[in-house]
Amino acid sequence: MNNLNEASVPGRDKTKDIVKKGLNKRYRKERRFRVFGCAAVIISLGFLFVLFISIISNGYTAFQQTMVRLDVYLDTDVIDKDDLAGTNYAKLIHDALLSVYPDVINYNDKRSLYELVSTSAAYRLRDFVAKNRHEIGTTIQMWVPADDDVDMLIKGHIDRDTPQSQRRINDRQLAWVDHLVSQGQIKKVFNMTFFTAGDSREPELAGIWGAVCGSFYTLIVTLVLSFPIGGAAAVYLEEFAPKNRWTDIIEVNINNLAAVPSIVYGLLGLAVFLNFFGLPRSVPLVGGLVLTLMTLPTIIIAGRSALKAVSPSIREAGLSIGASKVQLVVHHVLPQALPGMLTGTIIGMAQALGETAPLLMIGMVAFIVDIPAGFTDPSTVLPVQIYLWADSPERAFLEKTSAAIMVLLVFLMIMNAAAVFLRKFFEKRQ
Amino acid sequence: MAPFHLLLTLCVLTITGFFIGRSKSFAVCSAQGGPRALHSRPIYYGTLTAIWCAVPALIVFSFWHFFQSTIIMDLVIADLPDQIRFLPEDRLNLVVNDIKNVVAGNIVAGNISPAIQAAADHYKNFEKTAQVALSVIITAMAIIAIAGVYLKITPTLRARNYVEKVIEGLLIACASLAVFTTIGIVASVFYEAIRFFKIVPVYKFLFGLQWSPQMAIHAEQIGSSGAFGAIPVILGTMLIAGIAMCVAVPVGLMAAIYLAEYANKTFRNIAKPLLEILAGIPTVVYGFFAALVVAPAIRDAGDILGFSVSSESALAAGVVMGIMIIPFVSSLSDDVINAVPQSLRDGALSLGSTRSETIINVVLPAALPGIVGGVLLAVSRAIGETMIVVMAAGLSANLTANPFQAVTTVTVQIVTLLVGDQEFDSAKTLAAFALGLLLFVITLALNVVALIVVRKYREHYE
Repeated sequence: MNNLNEASVPGRDKTKDIVKKGLNKRYRKERRFRVFGCAAVIISLGFLFVLFISIISNGYTAFQQTMVRLDVYLDTDVIDKDDLAGTNYAKLIHDALLSVYPDVINYNDKRSLYELVSTSAAYRLRDFVAKNRHEIGTTIQMWVPADDDVDMLIKGHIDRDTPQSQRRINDRQLAWVDHLVSQGQIKKVFNMTFFTAGDSREPELAGIWGAVCGSFYTLIVTLVLSFPIGGAAAVYLEEFAPKNRWTDIIEVNINNLAAVPSIVYGLLGLAVFLNFFGLPRSVPLVGGLVLTLMTLPTIIIAGRSALKAVSPSIREAGLSIGASKVQLVVHHVLPQALPGMLTGTIIGMAQALGETAPLLMIGMVAFIVDIPAGFTDPSTVLPVQIYLWADSPERAFLEKTSAAIMVLLVFLMIMNAAAVFLRKFFEKRQ
Repeated sequence: MAPFHLLLTLCVLTITGFFIGRSKSFAVCSAQGGPRALHSRPIYYGTLTAIWCAVPALIVFSFWHFFQSTIIMDLVIADLPDQIRFLPEDRLNLVVNDIKNVVAGNIVAGNISPAIQAAADHYKNFEKTAQVALSVIITAMAIIAIAGVYLKITPTLRARNYVEKVIEGLLIACASLAVFTTIGIVASVFYEAIRFFKIVPVYKFLFGLQWSPQMAIHAEQIGSSGAFGAIPVILGTMLIAGIAMCVAVPVGLMAAIYLAEYANKTFRNIAKPLLEILAGIPTVVYGFFAALVVAPAIRDAGDILGFSVSSESALAAGVVMGIMIIPFVSSLSDDVINAVPQSLRDGALSLGSTRSETIINVVLPAALPGIVGGVLLAVSRAIGETMIVVMAAGLSANLTANPFQAVTTVTVQIVTLLVGDQEFDSAKTLAAFALGLLLFVITLALNVVALIVVRKYREHYE
């Protein structure tokens, strides 16, 4: 044996040498490939990280609102006790500002002074007076929201070193704000307005509640329609459908619809629901219909895989004791498949919640101040609100946009976490 | 009765019908030894009665409401004074609108002429009559149905089979909705697109080199013609989608390979869900990110390097779109790479090849059809993506392949043409539907090809 091996040594050594020569190079290549792979994962996660950091760093300040303390004299000459609604509350606010800076005389300076506080200050004062009639004639201390430019300055988003002409706040206003800060007349509080108000042209008055309500109504319509219809379609295709041409067509259709761009559904909604059926524009009802058509394929596909996962032995057992097909499905298969179907539905709903493009087509981009109260009230949804604010030039809307994105992402995370939890919970039980 | 009250009545009748049917089934079998003598369980007799009570009535109800206003309006118009009745079509429509406004109690511009007031009263009268008639018809139908089924219920009535037939029919209807959605999309987009092609010839749309959909109000204005050549728009779409693919395919594929072949379990368990998060972020957020962070960064980088970059450059939109598609590519590639049989890997490794050689020479060629299918799906996604390009890409259709310039895409044009007020007889609005048709056809073709490729591949190894 040994001899035989010895005999073939020269040729084998040659091969070994060739292999060894190339080995280092090949190992280097291997390491390089591995580093590339690792880099790809890290790059993708890096993108995620940068995205989140940029949105949070831009948006966290929106949860605070700068307030200005004013000593407002509720002048009996200005307030007409019999006509509280007709009173010029803005004048009271202006007088209060002037009392802090009595040296402001000319018209332009007065205007810049008045611009320090939000126009909503007058409404707050009106509400206060309506509730506290006995205070009329006295001087009250009141915190009112600052204007968005002052807000930006306090939050450090306006660079003081830029020349006056390029900033939204002039030198005199800057001096006033600094003075107010030194007097302790400016503070930052939690921004309730952001969570309770509808849209507004004034950043300090704009909130997401209107959009949240719109999203809520739209999603309710979507859920109420898409879950039963999607579930029924999945049950039919998985349990009842005979193998024939019609079933094939349906299946191919569903797979294709899942990949149709969402904006095409918007075109469908515009042409069919608005133009043909004459439904109103900008309403959650139509938005929900369009999103139903869009999410149906997702829900049907998820529902079918949930039904597929139910073990065939259950079906056989059911049929063998004389249950009809419908009884079998309703009593035995559906209860087992339901968690999976619900998970798919939640994921479909999350998709619908984040969808913007088809809703632009059916007019849910209107500027709507009122909080929608029903399925046929004009409204907008959270992603569209983000789109609208992202287009606004004011710096203050930038942080509102980021904050609205944070709220949207929190909703999405809750929905996805619910889906994961549901899946885990039922996996354990079975 | 108002429609709501009518529905409520129908609801009550249906529930009553259910209990009547159920108790009748108990009654007919009591002589023969209780419910055992029945063909079906009592609940099915009740359900059958309820179905007969509710379904036909509901069908009549919805049809009635669908046609009611048109029919009544026709009757009202027929009764109008002659000088109004023979007005030209568009003037008549105005009158009809006025009547409708008066009926709805809206504020009407100008004074209400007595003829219109009379017509509105007429309309209201008709409406009232129709309401009463409908209420009577529907209540009668429901009661007759209950009575009819009540008389038919015998122990041998196969109630369960009938109920199950109805349920199955319902299921079929739900499943067929997918087909009707497709038909709806094709029909609606096609219809408007054909109206567009009557104004602008197809060849001018498909091969024209200029896109500026502005139509002037007066014919004599400068530039009033409007140009509808889709080539610049399509090329812009391709450019941005191409950039997106340049980002997404290498990164997504390498990430999938690393996670499938190299990474240990802990790393995979952490990295995979994080990548999924990237897929779950709404596109409007990516659009904001592109416009706020990426576009200025690219512009500044260009300034430093000394060449001018548009602030709406194709590069920014493309890169961010690529980021969005990374998880899509990686999860699809992950599936196909995992589906390659382990025996192929073992064979290559046992011959002495390194892991990377195994992957490059054995695993990837075996997985190639699946990966190609996945990439095609990703391309169709990139082409149909809307919000990123609406927020970060330009509006003007430049015929250029330079990624630092602003280009526009099909979806951007659809959105800009259709957001806001539309008039459905101008070429500008209809052009959006022609673009939509184009988009639908392109993505559909890509999807079909991708699905065929993927399916062929799956059959190969399973």
